[in-house]
Amino acid sequence: MTAVDKAQSIPAPATKRRSRRSARQQAVEVLKYAVLIVLAATWIFPFYWMFSSALKDDPQVYTIPPVLIPNPAHWNNFADAWAKNDFNLFAINTIFRYAVPATLLTVISSGLVAYGFSRIKWPGRDVLFYVCLITIMLPWQVTMVPLFITFKNLGWINSYLPLVVPNAFGSAFFIFMMRQFFLTIPEELSDAARIDGASEFGILVRIILPLAVPALAVVALFRFLGAWNDFLGPLIYLNDESMYPLALGINRLRANISATGTNELAYPYLMAVSTIVVTPILVLFFLAQRTFIEGISVTGIKG
Amino acid sequence: MQSIAVRRSGLTSRDRRNLVTGLLFVSPWIIGFLLFTVFPLFYSLYISLTRYDLIRDPVFIGAANYTELFFEDAQFWKVVYNTIYYVLISVPLSLAFSFLVANLLNTRVVGRSFFRAVMYIPAIVPGICAAMVWLFLLNIQYGAINGFLQSIGMPAIPFLSSPELTKPSLIMIAVWATGNAVVVFLAGLQDVPRSLYEAAVVDGANGWQQFRNVTIPMSTPVILFNLVIGFIGAFQEFTSAYLIFGTGGGPLNSALLYSPFLYQNAFQFLRMGKASALAWLLFIVVVIGTMILFRTSARWVYYGGER
Repeated sequence: MTAVDKAQSIPAPATKRRSRRSARQQAVEVLKYAVLIVLAATWIFPFYWMFSSALKDDPQVYTIPPVLIPNPAHWNNFADAWAKNDFNLFAINTIFRYAVPATLLTVISSGLVAYGFSRIKWPGRDVLFYVCLITIMLPWQVTMVPLFITFKNLGWINSYLPLVVPNAFGSAFFIFMMRQFFLTIPEELSDAARIDGASEFGILVRIILPLAVPALAVVALFRFLGAWNDFLGPLIYLNDESMYPLALGINRLRANISATGTNELAYPYLMAVSTIVVTPILVLFFLAQRTFIEGISVTGIKG
Repeated sequence: MQSIAVRRSGLTSRDRRNLVTGLLFVSPWIIGFLLFTVFPLFYSLYISLTRYDLIRDPVFIGAANYTELFFEDAQFWKVVYNTIYYVLISVPLSLAFSFLVANLLNTRVVGRSFFRAVMYIPAIVPGICAAMVWLFLLNIQYGAINGFLQSIGMPAIPFLSSPELTKPSLIMIAVWATGNAVVVFLAGLQDVPRSLYEAAVVDGANGWQQFRNVTIPMSTPVILFNLVIGFIGAFQEFTSAYLIFGTGGGPLNSALLYSPFLYQNAFQFLRMGKASALAWLLFIVVVIGTMILFRTSARWVYYGGER
């Protein structure tokens, strides 16, 4: 919270001699905003292009110079692209088979583990936490093949189990995030509860978690996002189209284009579906901007 | 009963109880660590010494997968070259770019959170959506960029079809998606004590000198953090390279990066042994590279700040 508050309240050092604003300083200001606006426009353009292309028909897609504002705009592309390619099913798969269970399991397990790594003192704790931190660096490629073989032997291929079950065992990155937050809660609160005879689990549930709601929100947000965005995991484990999440649905749409050549409305449909899949992320971001920025800042600064 | 025991024998008993409770709380992670990290790590090492196609039983072949990669597979060295090219350019470029943008946003800016949001959003949207729109934007026939170039009479740029331009195109997309680093840098810059700038101004430092002698040294811990994260991430880049260029890796394999190559060996050619050998080589390179970064960091990272 402090980082964001500071962002708004602390004036930057460069503008201190505000009273003696020379023409040169004004020129610098103009240049600064010019740079920022050009950057922002460049950064937004791919999203604008995604959205505006979704509204086009085929001639509008292939026109040179490119059509910036399609007229007429084909708003029905969104509904058509979505419905004709089973995206309702893919959305249900993504949310209910993957994102929601993975998020719930991650929040519960990482909360428990983070509590053990921060609110109880026991010999060997910090060494083990250090080991936990190091695993963040482990490339996923190293465990990809053996885990695939193991899950295959368990008969878990073509199900969401390989993507969901590991979340029940905590994830190093989220354990780290929550631990950092738990450490900021005064120890006296726990001590008082201990004197009253509360168990550690009782302290976690009744005292720590209610205070740690922002941290839980950060973890939940990032885990949900990770599942929503995941492409490689489903690509490896899911074969049956009825099991596809959104990412594989988009990939299938794209593959159809490459296979059959550009069939009718291929690009507008691809862009329409992409736009719809991006939109909840944008909405989530603007609703929870503070949570996002804090979560990211905490990992980098307080690390 | 337990509480009586605690009172009598004092710290040791309490320590023991804490140890049990503590281990109980972290036990999910310990189990997960053994099941999903330690076991696969060694299993992977074993598979890398075998020929294994998932159908027949693995056959032990010693270091043959490694010698094949090093001495027989020309594609391997191409992939190594591509990946090093990608890492060595995209990581410093993204780092320098995001640091400069963060500094720009750390001045008095109207609409700072808007600009920060704009820089950050590409980092959190689904990789496949970003890849699809870039695939479309960079297309030589009907991509927007070439469309505009052609309409003002410039020649089209073969971003995705010229072997010289495929890697720079991937790097361009990586820089576009470097918003995480911007946010982390900006938070770091806001933690630099203002008193340091005030002292610098009293000493007559101009803007550049303040940047050079206050901002940069105070940011070195965050630079190291972003450098390590960026380095590890770039070595593992998969989604954009795989989706834009496929497992074929574009013209003349010019955009075939390490992770798609590994994926291709594992799940297209079903060469689990070779894929595991690739994974272990990557693991070793990432560990050594990260260690080098941390070792040299003692020379340039300044930890004298507030913390």
